[in-house]
Amino acid sequence: MSGRDIDAGDAPPVPLPEAKPSRLARWRDSDLLANFLRSKTAVAALVATVLMVGLAFASPWIAPQNPYDPAQLDLINSNLPPIWQADGQAPYYLGTDDQGRDVLSAVLYGLRLSLIVGVLGVVTSGILGIALGLIAGYAGGFLDTLIMRVADVQLTFPAILIALVVDGVAKASFGSALDVGPLIGLIVVSIGLSFWVQYARTVRSSVMVEKGKDYVQAARLIGLSPPVIMIRHVLPNVTGPVFVIATINLALAIITEATLSFLGTGLPETMPSLGTLIRTGNRFLFSGEWWIVAFPGLALAGLVIAINLLGDWLRDALNPKLQ
Amino acid sequence: MLAFLLRRVIQAAAVLAVVGLIAFAMFRFAGDPVNQIVGPDTTVAERAQIRTDLGLDDPVLVQFVRYAGNVVRGQFGISYQFRQPVSQLLAERMPATLELAFCATVFALVVGILMGVYCALFRESWLAGLFQAVSLIGISLPTFLIGILLIYLFSVTLGWLPSYGRGDTVRLGWWTTGFLTASGLKALILPSVTLGLFQMTLIMRLVRAEMLEVLRTDYIRFARARGLTTRAVHLRHALKNTLVPVITIAGLQLGSVIAFSIITETVFQWPGMGLLFVQAVQNVDIPIMSAYLLLVALIFVTINLVVDILYTVVDPRLRLPAGRAA
Amino acid sequence: MSDTVLSVRDLTVAFDTRRGPLTAIDRVSFDIGRGEILGVVGESGAGKSVTGSAVIGLIDRPGRIAGGEVRLRGERIDNLSPEAMRRVRGRRIGMIFQDPLTSLDPLFRVGDQIVETLRTHTDLSAKAARTRAIDLLAEVGIPAPERRIDGYPHEFSGGMRQRVVIALALAAEPELIIADEPTTALDVSVQAQIITLLKRLCREHGTAVMLVTHDMGVIAEAADRVAVMYAGRVAEIGPVASVIARPHHPYAVGLMGAIPTLSQEADRLSQIPGSMPRLTAIPKGCAFNPRCPKVFARCRVERPEPIPVDASRVACHLYDAAERAA
Repeated sequence: MSGRDIDAGDAPPVPLPEAKPSRLARWRDSDLLANFLRSKTAVAALVATVLMVGLAFASPWIAPQNPYDPAQLDLINSNLPPIWQADGQAPYYLGTDDQGRDVLSAVLYGLRLSLIVGVLGVVTSGILGIALGLIAGYAGGFLDTLIMRVADVQLTFPAILIALVVDGVAKASFGSALDVGPLIGLIVVSIGLSFWVQYARTVRSSVMVEKGKDYVQAARLIGLSPPVIMIRHVLPNVTGPVFVIATINLALAIITEATLSFLGTGLPETMPSLGTLIRTGNRFLFSGEWWIVAFPGLALAGLVIAINLLGDWLRDALNPKLQ
Repeated sequence: MLAFLLRRVIQAAAVLAVVGLIAFAMFRFAGDPVNQIVGPDTTVAERAQIRTDLGLDDPVLVQFVRYAGNVVRGQFGISYQFRQPVSQLLAERMPATLELAFCATVFALVVGILMGVYCALFRESWLAGLFQAVSLIGISLPTFLIGILLIYLFSVTLGWLPSYGRGDTVRLGWWTTGFLTASGLKALILPSVTLGLFQMTLIMRLVRAEMLEVLRTDYIRFARARGLTTRAVHLRHALKNTLVPVITIAGLQLGSVIAFSIITETVFQWPGMGLLFVQAVQNVDIPIMSAYLLLVALIFVTINLVVDILYTVVDPRLRLPAGRAA
Repeated sequence: MSDTVLSVRDLTVAFDTRRGPLTAIDRVSFDIGRGEILGVVGESGAGKSVTGSAVIGLIDRPGRIAGGEVRLRGERIDNLSPEAMRRVRGRRIGMIFQDPLTSLDPLFRVGDQIVETLRTHTDLSAKAARTRAIDLLAEVGIPAPERRIDGYPHEFSGGMRQRVVIALALAAEPELIIADEPTTALDVSVQAQIITLLKRLCREHGTAVMLVTHDMGVIAEAADRVAVMYAGRVAEIGPVASVIARPHHPYAVGLMGAIPTLSQEADRLSQIPGSMPRLTAIPKGCAFNPRCPKVFARCRVERPEPIPVDASRVACHLYDAAERAA
């Protein structure tokens, strides 16, 4: 058995490393993009989402009517069917409801409202959850236990129940007749309070992992205060999982708002979201005016399905376990 | 194992205590209990008297203890809307909700597990693709929309099934059941499917994912290396290992099914606790709201405990006290 | 030659990937005789496990057998239908995996797993199978087998579990056993026991063994002959003593040279410069040519076929009679 020392001179020549490709080229050639383009459903979902968001926010300019403005509503035009049926009239392409409200306009404006409330709800729960998660993870001890126990208790209840309770309590405390502004705020807060737990847990475990690392110790030695450390150093490491949760939650937030409105505890009929429109339309299901509930329903379903598909694809693509 | 269970019971009690605190806070401080009971003509003096009578001037702790004592004895106060004891209202409505939840869960479990196993074993088939599409819809659509869709299809268009109510029910002592009449059973179908659809898709996805994981394990590979029949490998080994974690999740789902019944009961005008709760929120009937919250917490906590016990029964690895190996 | 149990000729396994088919093993050939233990050694990724899986027919999509033949006692088994292959597995070929912890289904008793294997391949009644299972456990050295037979896998220690796995592999008395890293996951002291057990059982039953491992010590202890694999090909194959003491292939020389001995006086461990090529970048000609200290022009162009040298067969141009003459 020989014990040869290997001298670098004996080794066969090693080829030079190639020049590193630019970031754009790397992204272009990356698996992520290839994956995306190959997945027809993901592309379709993205197109559909962009289309709907675009239409929703262009509603003030493209909708034939402003459904929030009582002056534009005329009872003479009520209960008209869609344009392709016998009694349909332009410009009420998708028909009108019992107040004379154009369904197409209502759907567009409602889409916008649903999107806004949904996004605001996600942002609220995100901020709340991240903040609580950072505090719980970093402070540890009593504060951590307290926050986590509250989280556990809250998790035993489904989000819709919590949203309803918050809604009801607020009405009891502030009176049932709220202006639309505060009402939207209330709904956003309800949604925010219902969904913060997932963020908090994820952030907390990430924080606890980072807390032990050297760079955090070093920062503390220099004298940086905890909030600064948490925000500047720990937070960027957490964005990945948080983003994934947010994509799941967006669809849930939209559904929660729609459900609240459908149950009569959400947006009112004077400023309806898709949920409110469905609630209104439901009354006419048996009398044959199917369009009042069908089109808002389709819009809601389409929006949520597209977002879910996108989120699904995104999660699979970013999942390190599946690489 | 006894220590583990004891810990879980204590945790359960803690959760109930916290919820009780919240329910009490709602009960006492949200809105003014006195205002709900009296009319506009009542004088200030009379109101003050009522306050003292109701014990609203006592220290908060005393009120909480009194509240807790009442709750334990099943007294949840008087409903503002109906002027009846809340416990009575809940008891009337409970059978409706429980039967609905039961049917929905059975539907979700049976169909979900079947579909999930099929999707795992026959991944490339068109039927699996169809199931996946259905699951996407089930998870995406809000429950109320599904309910409306089903009503439109089976009630309005086809006229096969009723769109509201429980049909004819039979009273058995304190319980009213819809299982014993044809109309009762027909009335159960659409609401159960609506309520159970979301859970069904969750279970289907879970079973599929679990089974795919299990099929990749060494012991399945070893089972195949031993020449066991495909049926033995899939339905004896793989399925049993798949169902173990599924049981936990499914059990926990049962709790949320009861809570989700809120929406389904509203869509179908089903006379259960959920509908009662929605009406309470709409009319700011605080006693019903806080009672419902407590009740749901109790149900959840009990179910969680039962599932924990079930888990140790099914998975032999959990039966040993930790640390013992041959 | 009538004593040959397993005959592998030019076996090739490919994996179909997005970027085209990858060859995991490329024209691998060897024989194993009755009662003989053939060691298959090589670094991680050399294709040893793939070879074992291919012989027993457990290459799953996207992998497939892309060429060559596998014959068990003269009959071809690589082209059998899935059902026919299933009957071969366990009955005529047994397999042992690396990690005994994950090889056994955690939810089933050990005895049940042995009994089901027995009843799948033989006509034994449940009672007779159980008796046989107890005998098997005794044979592999499990104390008090009539008690342990009703134990769950997690109740056994690592070494005991591997014995159970061996019992399972031997249950239907196969002619060939493929042992894929059977000792890697075990403590050193237990390793020796398992190797001794394996050797004894194979002598007693006349079973042929394909012992796959990266541990040369195990090979030296247990194997009669050894095949050294590199980048999916067999570099050298011969009697264990010859290959270890007088390796011919430069890779085998490097491999044996890298094993430190107590009598050495070097300051540094010797190693072969570079690393084994990835499946996507196997060099043209001889796979070892970029790292070979004795490389010459022909090596980079033409893949060497196995050439008889002494008692071994070596896939290296150095030993080509024509080259030697030159």
